[in-house]
Amino acid sequence: MKALREFIDKQKPHFEKGGKLEKFYSAFDAIETLLYVPDKVTTAGAHIRDAIDMKRTMITVFISLIPALLFGMWNIGYHHFLSLGESPDHWTMFFYGFLKMLPIIVVTYGVGLGLEIVFAQIRSHEVNEGFFVSGLLIPMIVPPETPLWQIAIAVAFAVIFGKEVFGGSGMNIVNPALTARAFLFFAYPSDMSGERVWISEMADSFSGATPLGNALVGNFDNMPTQWDMFMGYMPGSIGETSTLMILVGALILLATGIANWRIMLSVFAGGYIMGLLFNLWGLNDYMNMDPLSHLLLGGFAFGAVFMATDPVTAAQTNKGMYIYGFLIGVIAILIRVFNPAYPEGVMLAILLMNVFAPLIDHYVIESNIKKRLKRMKIAIKN
Amino acid sequence: MSAEVKEKEPLFSPKNLKLIKNPINLSNPITVQVLGICSALAVTAKLMPAIVLSISVLVVMAVSNVVVSLLRNGIPPRIRIIVQLVVIASMVILVDQVLKAFVYDVSKQLSVFVGLIITNCIIMGRLEAFAMSNKPWPAFLDGIGNALGYGIILIIVAFFRELLGSGTVLDMQVIPDVFYEFGYKNNGLMILPPMALITVGVIIWVQRYYTRDLIEKN
Repeated sequence: MKALREFIDKQKPHFEKGGKLEKFYSAFDAIETLLYVPDKVTTAGAHIRDAIDMKRTMITVFISLIPALLFGMWNIGYHHFLSLGESPDHWTMFFYGFLKMLPIIVVTYGVGLGLEIVFAQIRSHEVNEGFFVSGLLIPMIVPPETPLWQIAIAVAFAVIFGKEVFGGSGMNIVNPALTARAFLFFAYPSDMSGERVWISEMADSFSGATPLGNALVGNFDNMPTQWDMFMGYMPGSIGETSTLMILVGALILLATGIANWRIMLSVFAGGYIMGLLFNLWGLNDYMNMDPLSHLLLGGFAFGAVFMATDPVTAAQTNKGMYIYGFLIGVIAILIRVFNPAYPEGVMLAILLMNVFAPLIDHYVIESNIKKRLKRMKIAIKN
Repeated sequence: MSAEVKEKEPLFSPKNLKLIKNPINLSNPITVQVLGICSALAVTAKLMPAIVLSISVLVVMAVSNVVVSLLRNGIPPRIRIIVQLVVIASMVILVDQVLKAFVYDVSKQLSVFVGLIITNCIIMGRLEAFAMSNKPWPAFLDGIGNALGYGIILIIVAFFRELLGSGTVLDMQVIPDVFYEFGYKNNGLMILPPMALITVGVIIWVQRYYTRDLIEKN
């Protein structure tokens, strides 16, 4: 390790101002800070230094995604062989899924990081770490059969129009990973929904509809048991089926303090309460579905844990977080049950609330100011 | 009025040429003033309607600019907006009838948007800001210039939306069948209005990159 550090230090002068490779400073800086905690010190003003910087934060989220990712790979293989009527051992299933998944991940990172570096060079700032997590999130929220060129276009769209036009990581209004997903969903609907896309290389006779897809057309016979939903033995987007693995990730995020428990809790609460309300209303089978199933199905848990908690796009005030999360849960279930065109509403709910998050924060702060002014007036009167 | 002899200005003096050139780039009605966005989003899914609408706006704008400019000394200031509207509305009705007579299909596709030229903020704005206080010839040039600035953006947006969204240009297929055999699909999002907004955004981006004068200083 020491040799590496020395090697980097030796190369550094070439990349700094006046060096012969000055133009590539941002790329060099990206590699250096990825490997080591940067040695930069703020020179003016009061500042707090924390051991955890943005790269460490991103790596933690990355690690918390791993359980769901590994399960997702196994699940691709499991459903592929299930549709063929075969049942090989778990490693075969896993490797099948791994090989399916690998090109998607490579394309996502290739396109995304490539664009990040291009923009960093043009604007001469550091390469943003932001794409680390987005680059893993995007492969996990698409169906396993998504064509690679579509993913490439969607990633480019998400990086340029979801992030760079607003000024790069940390300045974006909506979640870039969900922007990519929404782009795919509206641009290539035939590859993004329906019965054919969720299982890779499926046998023709097999129906590969997701439980939510079935529920939307009123077919409740093939519903998996709640245990299966929890474990994730159902077709769906790659990383989102297993609530158990997502909860493991959530524990890592909460234990390290990266994600905010208020948002997670209120998303689940919102979804559950909306499910209960629909139960009370009870017009059709879908409305009568157990609220717990709503939380276990589709991308709900994944969205609540990894998407809604994105610190850049979520609400920032404590009270605002409760409102923001609760409304995500409510709107997601509302879209699921009421809108015949969209089987899953979590993506749209989170994107919508991303846009509203600054407004929520604004009113939370305003009401706080008003409250304190009132308190002050009473104090002055006495 | 006064005793001094006015020099006759040539028809295409630099000042007059500016009236045409400026709205195409530096004060483009769509990308700089952000006017008339609604029709730019609505009719640009295909190239043909966009071209027809641009020409219609060009005619309406040029003629009503000239008419209002001729009337400008006789219009009582209190009711000038109503007078302007009457002029625009009669022009629009004429254009609408011509379209219905000669290009019925396109006129059907454009449906209400021909009628909505009346409410196009660009036309009202030019009448109010320019034709009311200028002579007919400059007013005519100003109308042409602004309509061109509007039409160019409309046509660029429509070209890309039709190319990427339907794989055609003017309803002729340009993306070869080989592409589709390899799994290429048309981008359904390009047909939807949000993409028109994003395309206009990209045009603004490119325009500002090349025309540094437009970037706000702060």
